[in-house]
Amino acid sequence: VVEGLALLDLGVSPYSGAIFHETPLIIYLFHFLIEYAELVFMITDVLTAVALYLAIQDFNKVVFKKQKLLIELDKYAPDVAELIRTPMEMHYIPLKVALFYLLNPYTVMSCVAKSTCAINNTVIAFFILATIKGSAFLSAVFLALATYQSLYPLTLFAPALLYLLQRQFIPIKLKSKSFWLYTMQYAALYLCSLVVIICLSFFLLNSWDFIPSVYGFILSVPDLTPNIGLFWYFFAEMFEHFSLFFVCVFQINVFFYTIPLAIKLKEHPVFFMFVQIAVISIFKSYPTVGDIALYMAFLPVWSHLYRFLRNIFILSCVLIVCSLLFPVLWHLWIYAGSANSNFYYAITLTFNIGQILLISDYFYAFLRREYYLTHGLHLTRQDGTEAMLVLK
Amino acid sequence: RLVAALGVRELHLALTQGFWRTRAWGQPPLQAPAGAELWVWFQPTVTDVDKAWKELSNILSGIFCASLNFIDSTNTVTPTASFKPLGLANGTDHHLLRYAVLPREVVCTENLTPWKKLLPCGSKAGLAVLLKAERLFHSSYHSQAVHIRPICRDASCLAVSWELRQTLTVVFDTFSSGQGKKDWSLFKMFSRTLTDACPLASQSKVYVDISPKNKEKELLEVTPAPASVHEAIVQGDKRTYAVYDLLSPSLFNTSRSLNVQLKWKRPQDSSDLPTPILHAQRYVSGYGLQTGEISTLIYNTHPYRAFPVILLETVPWYLRLYVHTLTIITKGKENKPSYIHYQPAQDRRRPHLLEMLIQLPANSVTKITIQFERALLKWTEYTPDPNHGFYVSSSVLSALVPSVIAMKEVDVEQSPLFTSLFPSSDGSSYFVRLYTEPLLVNLPTPDFSMPYNVICLTCTVVAVCYGSFYNLLTRTFHVEEPSRGGLAKRLANIIRKFRGVPPL
Repeated sequence: VVEGLALLDLGVSPYSGAIFHETPLIIYLFHFLIEYAELVFMITDVLTAVALYLAIQDFNKVVFKKQKLLIELDKYAPDVAELIRTPMEMHYIPLKVALFYLLNPYTVMSCVAKSTCAINNTVIAFFILATIKGSAFLSAVFLALATYQSLYPLTLFAPALLYLLQRQFIPIKLKSKSFWLYTMQYAALYLCSLVVIICLSFFLLNSWDFIPSVYGFILSVPDLTPNIGLFWYFFAEMFEHFSLFFVCVFQINVFFYTIPLAIKLKEHPVFFMFVQIAVISIFKSYPTVGDIALYMAFLPVWSHLYRFLRNIFILSCVLIVCSLLFPVLWHLWIYAGSANSNFYYAITLTFNIGQILLISDYFYAFLRREYYLTHGLHLTRQDGTEAMLVLK
Repeated sequence: RLVAALGVRELHLALTQGFWRTRAWGQPPLQAPAGAELWVWFQPTVTDVDKAWKELSNILSGIFCASLNFIDSTNTVTPTASFKPLGLANGTDHHLLRYAVLPREVVCTENLTPWKKLLPCGSKAGLAVLLKAERLFHSSYHSQAVHIRPICRDASCLAVSWELRQTLTVVFDTFSSGQGKKDWSLFKMFSRTLTDACPLASQSKVYVDISPKNKEKELLEVTPAPASVHEAIVQGDKRTYAVYDLLSPSLFNTSRSLNVQLKWKRPQDSSDLPTPILHAQRYVSGYGLQTGEISTLIYNTHPYRAFPVILLETVPWYLRLYVHTLTIITKGKENKPSYIHYQPAQDRRRPHLLEMLIQLPANSVTKITIQFERALLKWTEYTPDPNHGFYVSSSVLSALVPSVIAMKEVDVEQSPLFTSLFPSSDGSSYFVRLYTEPLLVNLPTPDFSMPYNVICLTCTVVAVCYGSFYNLLTRTFHVEEPSRGGLAKRLANIIRKFRGVPPL
């Protein structure tokens, strides 16, 4: 960003080079705030934590109400008393979420590095707050801002829509007219705000240069600087013939899980949002640890799933060890010269596998709890012996 | 033929091996950067300059047997202030200028042969007889150049003709060849002597610099005795030249061949060249393969005059320069350039171009630093020896250096070749173009043996995610039905019955 501002001062468009890839609104914002950069990033982190706190507080109330409704409707099996969530246990969850975000070493690292990822996180946190409070307009505006800055939050449109539909008690049936009406309204709000923001950026710098520099850069991955993701080494070692094909495959991979997850998790849009944010931060083209910090902040919300998680110990060990090894192997490759790029690449692979297994573990635990809630905790087979659950 | 077909107005091509050490050898008559350098001004009638440039570099690569076809948009820049036309010029729209340097280019005998073929007598007669490859390439520095420019045919400039100038600059190091004394002769340097002049030449002269140092005469002796002595102010210095005219019939009267020899009467103990007024050096600092810093030091040793200098830097795109880290410090204080033109690089398309006009105060050192980050390239973009490093071409300093002694206009008719080599537009300063060292920078390398492995492993990770999600999304939980046991279980039960143990 400092480089972009220096280029602007020299009279050269910041997008004429290949270094600056942020949006014009960020240049405009930092034009005034560049002197207080540390303070700005601390404030954004605090804002994110506050937004998450308020959002989860409201979410807990909604969850409790829904649970009460389902108990009264007798939808739950009789012996699931220990799975029911009580207000006592849910009382401290918002505080834990805020603390998980603020005290996460990844958040601290990203704040010290003054990475613009923190601003991205703040916008997404406000989007979640607006969605959970039920304001469709604000939610559309914040989602448009988040999409404008990095393309991937586009996929969060589906969980937000599902949540708002649930809140308005509109059933999600493809034939229902009110469903389509509401969807069109929300989509129109979102697209209009996106168009307004893009036109505003055009008028800030008087050119459309920022579109290939920002979005073309995210989609076509030209810069192969090593990061914690999977893309960089893959495209550094790719045969030229296939690079377009694999770029398309990797980008589709990010957007691909939205529709199946929407179908499976239509009753639980906030969990869907969590899984979607996690998928984005693992598979986006230039991931940073700030993105990981955002979805890890949600883990206390699902702390009641702890008894169903299968591999949590190994996965947390993998994640901690890999985070510690990242700087070591980076130093060995780049500075000491005694290691190879393969070492750093191996740690990237392991770290990403750890994250993927963490998410799928939580997903498995969530689905299993739902099954137990409706079918009872102590399952018996036809001949009366204790049963095992399998996925078939 | 070539010039007319491609709409070239001015062409300068130089192929150089080695680096001119300005501090030890003084100001160069005509310096060129290490490798191959090509800069061309096109006619205003050319519509697609880039296409003409590409064609020209390919044709020249064929003519001179040099790999000039590697010149493409990733190493071509369009300077705005540095390379003004040397011939006649109507307008100077800098979009018609292209400049490219290939620092990795090696000069060899195949490049010398076509250069010699361009001479009217070839290497059969005249001064070119001396140019044999095995002695020429055994030197510290040699540079061969071809310059084409339009000039006036006569003083009234009614007709314009093309001038083709070929220059060959060689620095022999007699110390290193084991003699120990600074005496030299044509035979020692070239292992040949001059026998006659080229019949096609209108002028053929040998100038030997016999300028006395510290006003002491009789310090050196030149044999055979020169027919005439020419005095001139060259690059701010008063110099005396002994002239041997090969076309004058009296030269070859006494002996069939001319072997110019120079003997020092007294042994020289210290190097005696005065420090040049403008010299520069450039280096890379930093550690590790992630970041680095390019520093350029420019020295102005003139005792009381300050003068501006234009610095042109071309840095390849894979060293990402950060222009907000550009600092220029003179005598401890910041020095703001009066003109900056910066064109940032685009990945895989064009290099960085930084041109600055900096004022150098008298008797000062100016340090210009800029930081950069090294990019990781795709594995096919590395040269076959990636750990050798990547070259950054020399930066160009152009300046009008004020001379200590006032220079007077020299008669053009008397010695046209001499004045064209050392032109002086006005009496008080002379034009100097210096080149700094090329830099060698290491980039982080991926492992080149691993493309298939990397593809497999990364796709495995993606497939793990896809597989887990597919399982969770398309399957539902069911209570497990007890199975009646497969073949293995039945066999195990039979064995258990024999042992008397309860069955599974």
